Amino acid sequence: MAVQPATHELSGAEMVIRALVDQGVDVVFGYPGGAVLPIYDALFKQNRLRHILVRHEQGAVHAAEGYARSSGKVGVVLVTSGPGATNAVTGLTDALMDSVPIVCLTGQVPTHLIGNDAFQEADTTGITRPCTKHNYLVKDVNDLARVIHEAFMIARTGRPGPVVVDLPKDMLFATGLYLPPETAPTRKSYRPQIKPPATRITGAAQLIMAAKKPLFYGGGGLINSGPRACALFSELVRLTGFPVTLTLMGLGAYPASDKQYLGLVGMHGTFESNNAMHDCDLMINIGARFDDRVTGKVAAFAPHSRKIHVDIDPSSINKNVGVDLAIVGDCAEVLAALIAELKAQVYKADPARIAPWWRQIETWRKRDCLRYVKSDTIIKPQYAIERLYALTRDRDVFITTEVGQHQMWAAQLFKFDKPFHWMTSGGLGTMGYGLPAAMGVQLAHPDALVVDIAGEASILMNIQEMSTVCQYRLPVKVFILNNQYMGMVRQWQELLHGGRYSESYTAALPDFVKLAEAFGAVGLRAEKPGEVDRIINEMIAVDRPVIVDVQVDPKENCFPMIPSGAAHNEMLLGPEDKQTSGPVSEEGMVLV
Amino acid sequence: MAAPETVEKHTMAVLVDNEPGVLARVIGLFSGRGYNIESLTVAETDPKNKLSRITIVTSGTPMIIEQIKAQLNRIVPVHGVHDLTEEGPFVERELALIKVTGGAESRAETLRLADIFHARVVDTTPESYVFEMTGSTEKLDAFINLMEPLGVVDISRTGVAAISRGADKF
Repeated sequence: MAVQPATHELSGAEMVIRALVDQGVDVVFGYPGGAVLPIYDALFKQNRLRHILVRHEQGAVHAAEGYARSSGKVGVVLVTSGPGATNAVTGLTDALMDSVPIVCLTGQVPTHLIGNDAFQEADTTGITRPCTKHNYLVKDVNDLARVIHEAFMIARTGRPGPVVVDLPKDMLFATGLYLPPETAPTRKSYRPQIKPPATRITGAAQLIMAAKKPLFYGGGGLINSGPRACALFSELVRLTGFPVTLTLMGLGAYPASDKQYLGLVGMHGTFESNNAMHDCDLMINIGARFDDRVTGKVAAFAPHSRKIHVDIDPSSINKNVGVDLAIVGDCAEVLAALIAELKAQVYKADPARIAPWWRQIETWRKRDCLRYVKSDTIIKPQYAIERLYALTRDRDVFITTEVGQHQMWAAQLFKFDKPFHWMTSGGLGTMGYGLPAAMGVQLAHPDALVVDIAGEASILMNIQEMSTVCQYRLPVKVFILNNQYMGMVRQWQELLHGGRYSESYTAALPDFVKLAEAFGAVGLRAEKPGEVDRIINEMIAVDRPVIVDVQVDPKENCFPMIPSGAAHNEMLLGPEDKQTSGPVSEEGMVLV
Repeated sequence: MAAPETVEKHTMAVLVDNEPGVLARVIGLFSGRGYNIESLTVAETDPKNKLSRITIVTSGTPMIIEQIKAQLNRIVPVHGVHDLTEEGPFVERELALIKVTGGAESRAETLRLADIFHARVVDTTPESYVFEMTGSTEKLDAFINLMEPLGVVDISRTGVAAISRGADKF
């Protein structure tokens, strides 16, 4: 479709295409159906937008998330009414929890049938209200273009998130005037606070200059803010010489191979990170949200610290943990202002002041908390990830994960030196996220190596997307750590429920090599530690989608671990810790 | 900085775009996050700009109250949230319609009590009265409690509308 002048009347369906093109969209993840046929017809007549046909609408949203998180652009989804929209709900909730910018266009029955329980009708705006940043039902074709432009603006600005635009079928046939983005009116009630107040910056600088046991705690907000925020964060960390830890969503915001980096924080974080968090006298939280996976027992969380919290979302402040100094604003703006303030104060790092603190941290580091018992006969899952990292580190490698033990091992052991290379479902913990997300990443980065580190249980939740991957010849690699169990469920059952492994073992698993071949991909298997390197190299060498079935120790547990309801200095470091520490408190048992 | 665990009652005025679904967004926020709604009223107050004012009476610890305001502000069609309880003195009023039935022996007493509370009779039959009464929630509660033994059969209340004292907006 040639792009027509704006004064020309367009059909609603043509407006949708035009608006997406004007918003700079190049890829749409979708699945057709009755209510969106006019949009598919308009798609057919143009060549500006590339449509990727997924196999399930949940896959479309996760693919858009992978695309968005690895590229910094808005991910776009197009699904039909009813089941198309309800299937997208898990993905939308995932995007809301992890602040991923998504615009999801859903078909809807024609306006005169809304409320009649029509075929494939669902109350999409009602269902998606709590799982979107905002949503719309378009009831006038002359609103359509404005609404789509506004949806993009809301999805990508402030704290990013998913936005749904519900499009009744009659709106797609109706004609009206198209408004380009620059002429569309803006929304008065929506004003995210980007610039931080100056007084708070001065206050933060003073706390930083006085701290003896400081710790930077960086989160996904740095990634969302963009490359500038990550670069400024690294600059500030180096300027101060302070130790730094990152959340699951923040990995890559500071180079993991740097000596000031203490590793992942939280439930499966490192001994040094969690102890530093517990003992610090100043915590500088940039773009993290004091998630319960990070804080553990709130009453015992960093009891001796003053806390600075930088977040673009005022509702994140004092939600879980009360803080001493809150700064609402975009991470990049706050960091730039803070660095300028410190330089204006002629601040110089004072290594002597924090030397005892670093000495303490080094003693924690010496515990080498991520060590595990190596084996010549059985593949340890940690070993498989270490080898994957070692054999891919010279490449531009993007990692996605599913959810469970493999996800935590990947977060602990794969070292990310750059942002936007790590895609995982953090807040919602959605099994089945990794494969479709990898698909989205590969589309944004066609020449990169994209690996989904998976578990054999999670991968089966969206395995149908192998068909999509093969259709578009996306050379995505699925690296399954196959322990035959839902490993994290099994681990909790071992530690908390007396070893009663209720329904956590998957009998009748498919033969993943044959499964790969059935889809038209390449299947590989490693059963012994000696085979791991060869299989990984083969996986990288093949320029096609690959499923690797790495058969790992089914009994291995993920340590360190803060048991639920415990404080940061009550970590379990390994199997030998289990016997010495008491059973988990009843209060802790009820926590997830 | 642990917040004290005392539960406080707050009256808030929320200015929103008068568009479909906006009330559902506000109510859904309260139910989804487990906040308490004691009273909620809504009506368009600025037809020119298509703005409605929602008055919410809620309760919670200071940390929860702060959260409620932040979460309300996050809703896209919300223009502003004013915590009237915190911002200074304010007036709050509620209107109730109360239907009382009773035999001849209590009719005089019913009217006498209504008179004391300045309730207006808006409907009367040989068997019943409907009273209209405006005032604070507490005053309405007191009147209804006194009327109860005389034969209250039905009550309709509007919930609280509130506005700040003095010349400032809100």
